[in-house]
Amino acid sequence: MARPRVILENVQFKLTIDRLCHQLIEEYQDFTNTCIIGIQERGVLLSDRIVSSLKRIDKKLKIPYGKIDITFYRDDFRRRETPLVASNTEMDFNVEGAKVILIDDVLYSGRTIQAGLIALGHYGRPSKVELLNLVDRRFNRDLPIQPNYTGITIDAIDEAYVKVEWDEIDGNDKIILYPFKKS
Amino acid sequence: MAIVSSLSTKHLLGIKYIQKDDIETIFRTADNFKEVLSRPVKKVPSLRDVTIANLFFENSTRTKMSFELAEKRLSADVINFSASSSSVKKGETLLDTVNNILSMKVDMIVMRHPAPGTPFYLSQNIDASIINAGDGTHEHPTQALLDAYSIREKHGEVKDKKIVIVGDIKHSRVALSNIFCLKKLGAQVAVCGPATLIPKHIESLGVQVFYNLKKALEWCDIANVLRIQLERQDIKFIPSLREYAMYYGVNRDILESLSKKITIMHPGPINRGVEISSDVADSEQSIILDQVENGVAIRMAVLYLLAGQVS
Repeated sequence: MARPRVILENVQFKLTIDRLCHQLIEEYQDFTNTCIIGIQERGVLLSDRIVSSLKRIDKKLKIPYGKIDITFYRDDFRRRETPLVASNTEMDFNVEGAKVILIDDVLYSGRTIQAGLIALGHYGRPSKVELLNLVDRRFNRDLPIQPNYTGITIDAIDEAYVKVEWDEIDGNDKIILYPFKKS
Repeated sequence: MAIVSSLSTKHLLGIKYIQKDDIETIFRTADNFKEVLSRPVKKVPSLRDVTIANLFFENSTRTKMSFELAEKRLSADVINFSASSSSVKKGETLLDTVNNILSMKVDMIVMRHPAPGTPFYLSQNIDASIINAGDGTHEHPTQALLDAYSIREKHGEVKDKKIVIVGDIKHSRVALSNIFCLKKLGAQVAVCGPATLIPKHIESLGVQVFYNLKKALEWCDIANVLRIQLERQDIKFIPSLREYAMYYGVNRDILESLSKKITIMHPGPINRGVEISSDVADSEQSIILDQVENGVAIRMAVLYLLAGQVS
């Protein structure tokens, strides 16, 4: 029976985050009229890391940073046995005319991002939205959604499950590929 | 991962029939909806495939508007029914009326009815989820939830707070639901009013009784002032409104005579100059308008959590 496999960890993991930050700096330079929005809950762990790494690289950087919860926008509500409890949304700015970098940890079916885009639209009309993911499971998409910045691409069958573990919560930075979804 | 949660019941018939955990789940969800209501676009698509019928067999302004707004903010389809303009006047039974409405594929029913127990009767005879928006002198669960939620917002928590409900306790569904809700959340509850308007054996619900307003206000942290329900008084329970206002009206003078500042609540509609004076209703001690605002978030939370169970 296939065992869980660690795809990325420790130094490589940190390098990947730093590389994503440099790609953002290359594209956005001083981040004028740009904001970062992480998707609750796991996406926020990545966006927290991205924002702190960006600030480490550019100490003068000031960028509006929000956290958005998409529970009420999910298209599988009422298809589940019980509703999900929402996390907090922390958005103290609106995105009218702004460039938005939307961040989530794993891009799988694309449905979370679709819900995120609808939720985002309720804070104004952004001039542009780009998507950053740590993991892109490119062969498992239900919707035509693609990331602009990707940490690592993982090609796996539908039954597989990818989990990103974080030092802050799990004690280690790791990306793990499980052969089957945990029940 | 997100925490999964739901209520222990399919209907919200009364606070008596739900658990403390249910109340806390509703409050947590309402916190999220309060944030939604502060956004430029105050609407989420959660209930876009749910149809809700608001059946009001008794007059209502604020509760009906609050429910309707909550339903629309959740993107539900809404139909409204009021008894005054319906076939009820032509002799149709309640069950026939409701079954006719349900054949139009309605998923949830919000109902106000002058007869206590009507939502129970319906819940036993139909499939849709039912939310009681007030049944006679029995219960008004969403009002109690929004009252307790407003106390939690103002004072941090409800537990151990002293709350006195002043006024017409006998005819008040708000009083009964409030007592159940506040007791479940660990508050100390008292009622205050003229002896004719305090039900016998109310102490058996674990509440204190005051007949003197000053003593009650001196005891409490929060006073929830109720309206005299003139429409439910077939016989005279009080000699006159003027006399009631003299003995039980909450006014500036009595508040200033207290040793501490208490919070004033009122479920509305207010009879200014009877149970509460204008300067108190509009003062900074009053959270009456916060209650109305929180009403929408609480009703969104209840609808959202119950809709999750609609098949």
